[in-house]
Amino acid sequence: MTLFRSRLNRSKYLLLLFAPALIYYILFKYVPMFGILISFKDYNPFKGVWQSEWAGLKHYSLFFHSPDFPKLLKNTILLGLYKVVFTFPAPILLALLLNEVRIGLVKRLVQSISYLPHFISNVVVVSMMFLFLSPTSGVVNQLIEWLGYDSINFMQNENYFRTLYILSEIWQHIGWETIIYLAALSAIDPQLYEAARVDGANRWHQVRNITLPGITPAIVILFILNIGHVLDIGFEKVLLMLNPSIYSTADVLSTYVYRTGIQSMNYSYGTAIDLFTSVINLLFILTANWISRRKSETSLW
Amino acid sequence: MFDIVLYVLLFGIAASALYPFLYMIAVSLSGTVPVLKGEVFLWPKDFNLNTYKAVFEKPEIGRAYLNTILYTALGTTIALLITAAGAYALSKRDMLFRRGFMVMVTITLFFSGGMIPTFLVVRSYHLLDTIWAMVLPGAISTWNLIVMRTFFSGMPQEVEESGKIDGLNDIGIFFRLVLPLSKAILATIGLFYGVAIWNNFFSALLYLRDADLFPLQVIVRNMVLQGAGGANGAANVGGDAMIVDESLKYATIIVTTVPILLVYPFLQKYFAKGALIGSVKG
Repeated sequence: MTLFRSRLNRSKYLLLLFAPALIYYILFKYVPMFGILISFKDYNPFKGVWQSEWAGLKHYSLFFHSPDFPKLLKNTILLGLYKVVFTFPAPILLALLLNEVRIGLVKRLVQSISYLPHFISNVVVVSMMFLFLSPTSGVVNQLIEWLGYDSINFMQNENYFRTLYILSEIWQHIGWETIIYLAALSAIDPQLYEAARVDGANRWHQVRNITLPGITPAIVILFILNIGHVLDIGFEKVLLMLNPSIYSTADVLSTYVYRTGIQSMNYSYGTAIDLFTSVINLLFILTANWISRRKSETSLW
Repeated sequence: MFDIVLYVLLFGIAASALYPFLYMIAVSLSGTVPVLKGEVFLWPKDFNLNTYKAVFEKPEIGRAYLNTILYTALGTTIALLITAAGAYALSKRDMLFRRGFMVMVTITLFFSGGMIPTFLVVRSYHLLDTIWAMVLPGAISTWNLIVMRTFFSGMPQEVEESGKIDGLNDIGIFFRLVLPLSKAILATIGLFYGVAIWNNFFSALLYLRDADLFPLQVIVRNMVLQGAGGANGAANVGGDAMIVDESLKYATIIVTTVPILLVYPFLQKYFAKGALIGSVKG
């Protein structure tokens, strides 16, 4: 007890420094976690979270039996899968390309320019898509018409949504996400390359046998983190791109939660879908981490 | 041969990142006729500032600009202060409950209450339709906190020891010795927070109903997306008026984005360094 007292006394100023952060986490992170309770209740705004009547799994079963469920799940999973397959490897390829550049100035210049889109808001990115792809006045369609084809109403056509989403996602983040890989690349011992050159390895061999193995741990860690967000499709961008004519491919779990939960004020129902999403994400990340720990040395914990 | 392919590819990537902005700037600075004829590609023709005048004459844009500046300044200050203080405390091995706090913080990376419980909580604190709705709910990003903690952990012991000799307590050491030595990381994390708040649309969408409080992002959305959203939106606008409308939208986008484009080169050298600090495993 006295030991605890003396430690408390020694830590008191540090605890004071941590206090605002602690209050933040409790008020804005942990109180909402308890709010998840309302997904098992019929939330009544006048009674509050605690006083509202229990409803058991009603909202979950409503959701699983709703005609929207298969479509939402399919859209969300497909978009998440495409992100892993196309968006995830893009910065790795760019980092490998940059690593081959021998002129420092060119490398720095390309890096600086390619970071830029990362700092542009989703509102602006989606606005640019609407304007550039507009069937009447957008540059892209002007080009298509100039080539003698009919203009395409990209943003209103459900067949283009996934492609546009993934392409814009790559455009936004490809540069920025190379940073971590370039850091891993700079940690590779240059003597390895020299030794390989002496042995007559060409550049392709060097990439395959030295560069790639050198950044594999970074790739694995980032892959696990990405897997944990497979169902966490960036809400802002999808919502901004969304319009009723493309619901069949573009409506995902989070936009549905926003429409039914917030806009139509079905708070309990929306929260049930939210929790469903969180739990699946958690399962994904735990599984990926478990597999990675068994197959290789690399894991998050 | 290898080098040619390499440089062509990299040039393509750099051009695709930069060109859309050059194009928008060129169109927004051009006269009506060249834009209408589709003659503007890289350089403005019939240079004039009429579209920008029109943008700034819209009262809601000035208002939104001030709002966004206010949210960004206030939010970045608060976020940076509590993140740095919290991160410094967590970097000290002998702090009581340190492990427990770390677990508490890390859990939030993988699990959260979700959109609706967070909305209800923010509402129950009476933050809806206040400045604080744009500032407080996202005041700490756990990634930023962890990056800063890693940075402070790597700080030499002598800093703390010299402070103790001078009779400073931990708070004094933090403000007088540690913060002045941490300008690079503060600039980096400050930039991250600042850009995130400047670009934040989600919080405004969820927490703000009062149009007087809307930030720029909401105005841009209302102007560009809701105008362009309807399939037949273009039918009732004549050719000339529509092109001008187009330039006006580009100008609005540029006006919204320009502050970020301006601070970006200055902070570049800091954040590449700062992001590296974070990636060296924490």
